[in-house]
Amino acid sequence: MLFAVFIPLLIACFIPYLSKFKDKIHTGIFVLFVPLAIFIYFLQFIGNNFAPFSHNYSWIPSLNISLDFYLDGLSLLFVLLISGIGTLVTLYSIFYLHKSERLGHFYVYLLMFMTAMLGVVLSDNVFVLYSFWELTSISSFLLIGYWHYRERSRYGALKSMLITVFGGLSMLGGFVLLTIITGSTSIQVMISQTDVILHSPYLPLIMALILLGAFTKSAQFPFHIWLPDAMEAPTPVSAYLHSATMVKAGIYLVARFSPIFTTYEWFFIIVSGIGIVTLVWGSYMAVRQTDLKGILAFSTISQLGMIMTMLGFGTKAAAFAAVFHILNHATFKGSLFMVAGIIDHETGSRDIRKLGGLMTFMPISATLALFGTFSMAGVPLPFLNGFYSKEMFFETSLHLNDATLLIAEIMRTGIPYLAVFGSIFTFVYSMYLFFGTFTGKNHIDELPKKPHEAPLGMLISPALLIIGVIIIGLIPNIVNESLLAHAAQAISGEEVHQHIAFWHGFKAPLFMSLIVVIVGSILYVLRNKWKNTYLLIPGKLSLNKAYNAILDGSEKYSRKITNSYMNGSIRRYIALIIVAILIVTFTTMFTTNGFTIKMDDLAEVTAAEILIAIVMVVAALGTVFARNNVAAILILGVVGYGLAVLFVFYRAPDLALTQLVVETITVALFLLCFYHLPNLRPRTESVKTKLVNATIAIGFGALMTMVAISAHSSKWFTTISDYFVENSHDLGGGDNIVNVILVDFRGIDTLFEIVVLGIAALAIYGMTKLRDDKGVE
Amino acid sequence: MEIIMSILAGILFTIGIYNLLQKQLLRIVIGTALISHGAHLFILTMGKLKRGAPPILEYGISEYSDPLPQALILTSIVISFGVTSLLLVLAYRASKENNTDNMDQLRGNENE
Repeated sequence: MLFAVFIPLLIACFIPYLSKFKDKIHTGIFVLFVPLAIFIYFLQFIGNNFAPFSHNYSWIPSLNISLDFYLDGLSLLFVLLISGIGTLVTLYSIFYLHKSERLGHFYVYLLMFMTAMLGVVLSDNVFVLYSFWELTSISSFLLIGYWHYRERSRYGALKSMLITVFGGLSMLGGFVLLTIITGSTSIQVMISQTDVILHSPYLPLIMALILLGAFTKSAQFPFHIWLPDAMEAPTPVSAYLHSATMVKAGIYLVARFSPIFTTYEWFFIIVSGIGIVTLVWGSYMAVRQTDLKGILAFSTISQLGMIMTMLGFGTKAAAFAAVFHILNHATFKGSLFMVAGIIDHETGSRDIRKLGGLMTFMPISATLALFGTFSMAGVPLPFLNGFYSKEMFFETSLHLNDATLLIAEIMRTGIPYLAVFGSIFTFVYSMYLFFGTFTGKNHIDELPKKPHEAPLGMLISPALLIIGVIIIGLIPNIVNESLLAHAAQAISGEEVHQHIAFWHGFKAPLFMSLIVVIVGSILYVLRNKWKNTYLLIPGKLSLNKAYNAILDGSEKYSRKITNSYMNGSIRRYIALIIVAILIVTFTTMFTTNGFTIKMDDLAEVTAAEILIAIVMVVAALGTVFARNNVAAILILGVVGYGLAVLFVFYRAPDLALTQLVVETITVALFLLCFYHLPNLRPRTESVKTKLVNATIAIGFGALMTMVAISAHSSKWFTTISDYFVENSHDLGGGDNIVNVILVDFRGIDTLFEIVVLGIAALAIYGMTKLRDDKGVE
Repeated sequence: MEIIMSILAGILFTIGIYNLLQKQLLRIVIGTALISHGAHLFILTMGKLKRGAPPILEYGISEYSDPLPQALILTSIVISFGVTSLLLVLAYRASKENNTDNMDQLRGNENE
C-alpha cells in the first residue's frame, strides 16, 4: 500500500533523466506503466466479499502522526478512478503534447499529483490527509500554470492556488479541533466516537471549517470561480484534474466524514443547500459559455453540486446514488474533455461560435461526443449511464429524511423542483455542446487549421471511457455489489443493497426525466429568445469581479496601512515605541496594583543634594532650548558633572572618578564634532507636534519615576551584596569591593565591555577613514 | 531622598526622550546621553542610598553601601560612552555626506 501510493513520486525522480531522450521516445510512454500498474494492483480488491483493511507505517509517533492507509469501498472507488483515468490521460497526453514541449516538467507534476491524490483517498490519519491535500493544490497549481508564458495561465494558477489553499488551511483547523476533541488522529476512530463530536460545543465550527475545505476544492458556489480559469491548463490536465479526480477530493472529504455528521441537521442544510445552488448556477451559466472547455468547466461545477446535494441528503439511497454518479461523471466528463482537446488540436479553435458541422470531418469524435453529451444530459436511453444516476438523484430527492428545522423543511419541498430546473439547463448545454460543434454549417475558412480526424492514439482514451459509459449503461449491476455497494456502505455506515434498473414503471422520477427532456428541448430550440435573461445580473456583480476586488483591495489597503505608519520618520517610530511601552507597562502596573509608595526606610534629605538636583534639572532643560552648539555641550556637561557629584555623595568613589573622566572626554568629542556641524536651529515644529512630544516624554518620565519608587518601596528579597562584602578580601584578594566585582566576581561583563569599546573605536576609525571619494551619485 | 532621586531620574528621562523626538541629529545624540544619565541614577537609587561607608574594606567597619549597583553602573557608563561617541561620529559623517542634519530629510524614500 505504501509502495502503491509513493511509486509515482519515486518514478518522478527519474523523469528528468528519461526526458533527455524525448526526441527518440516520448516520455509519456515511460509514465504510462505507473498508473496502469497501480490500477491492476487495486483491481484485485474488487469483489462482493471485500472487507476494509489498513496498513500502518510509523512517521512521527510523538505527535500521533503515522502513515495509516485505510482501504474501504469508498477509497477503492476513488483509487480506481485516479489510476484508471490517470492511465488513459497519460496515453492521451502522449499524442496531445508535442515533443517540443517541456515534457519532463509535465510528467513530474502529473506523477506528483497522482501520489498526492492517492494519498488523499487512502489516508486514515487526518494530518497525513492534509499533507497530501496540499500537495494536490501545489501540483494542480504547477499544472495549470504549465504554459507559464501565458498571462492567463498564471492568473488561473494563482487563483486556484489561493482559493484551494485557503480552504485547505481551514480544513486543517477543523482537523486540529477534531483531534483535540476525540484524542485521536485517525478518521476511523473519530467515526467511532461520533457521539463525542456531536455533543461538542465546537461542532458547528468543526463542520464549517471542514466543509470550507471541501467546497473550495470541489468548486462549490461561491468558490467555483477558480475552475473556469483553470481551463488554461493543457487539456489532459483539465480532463484529469478538473473533471475526474482533484475536484472530487472535496466530495471524497464530505463522503468520508458523512458518518459523523449525517444526524446533524445543519449538515443537510449546508451541504445540500450549497450543492443545489451550485447545480443550478453552474448549469445555468454553462449555457452562456462560448468556449468548449468553459462549457465543460461550468458543467463540472454543476455536476459536482449535484453529487454534493446527494451527499447532504444523508439517506442510504442517496449515498449509493452519489457514488454511482461519481463514477459516471468521471467516465463521460473525462471523455468529453478529451474530445474537446481533440477538436482544439485538429481545428486550432475551441470557440463554439466558429465551430460547427464537424461531423463529416471527424466522425469518430462526433460519435464519442454524442454518447458523452447525451449521457451528461441524462437522456433516457438504456445504454447511457448518466441517465441512471440522474434518475436516482430525482428518486432520492423525493425521499428525504424528516426535517425538524423550518429551513430544512422548506428545502425538502424545494429541492426536487430545483433539481429539475438545474437538469433542464444541463440538458440544454449538453445539446448545445454537441449540436453546436458537430452539426449545422461549417466555417472551415475561419478556422486556423483544416479539420480532420484525430490520430488513432488520441482517440483510444476517450473511446475506452465511452465504452465504459455504454457498458455501465447496459449492465449497470456489474459495478453494483462489487464496488458501489461497498463505497455507499463507507458513507452511510451500514450495508447498502440497491438494485439498479432502467425501468421503474410510471413513477415520479420518470416524469421528472421526461419533463427535463421536453422542456430542455424546447429551451434549446428557442435559446436565442431567452438569451437576455443573462443580462438580468449585471457584470459588475459577478463573483470574479468580487475576487479581483478582494485581491486588489487587500493589496491596496495593506500598502496604505503600511505607508501610514512606516513613513521613514525616526521620530514617528520612537514615538510609537514609547507609546507602546507606556500602554503595556501602565496597564500591567494598574491591573496588578504595582504602584506602591512606602515612606519608611528612606535616606535623609540634605540641602546640598537638592541643590545639585535642581542644577541638573535646569541644565537638562537648557539642552532643549539651547541654540548655540557650544552652549548646548557645556550644559550637557553640567548634567554629567552633577551626576558625578551625586556619586560622591552616595559613597561611590569609582563611579565618580569614571563619570568625571568619561564626561570630560565626551564633552571634548562633542566639541570636536559640533564644531563641524551646523548650528542648532530653533525648532520649526508646530505647537501640536511639540505638545505631542512633550506628552509622550512626560508620560515616560512619570512612568520611570513611579517604577523606581515602587521598586524601592517593595523589597521582597535581601540583597546578595553581603556575599561580596564578606568574600571580597578572602576570595577575591582585594579590598575595593566594586573593583573585585568587576574583574573577579563578574569578570565576563568587563571582558565584553572592553570588546564594546574596541568595536566602537574600530567603527569610528572606519567611518572617518573609509570614504567614498568618488562622490555620492 | 530616594523619592527625590527617582523624580530626578524621571525628569532626565523626560528631557532625554523629548530630545530624541527632535529632527536634528545632534539633539538626538544629546537625548541619548541624557537617557543614559537617567538610567545610571535609576540603578543607583535601586540600591540603598547613603548606607554605610564607601565599598572599600577597612578594618572595623561593618556597614558598607551596596557595591553591586555600582559595578553595574560602572560597566554601563563605559558602554554608553562607546555608543555615544559612535553615534556622534556617525551623526557627523551622515550630515557631512548628505549635507543636512535634519532627520526629515534623511528618510529613505525608495518605497513611497
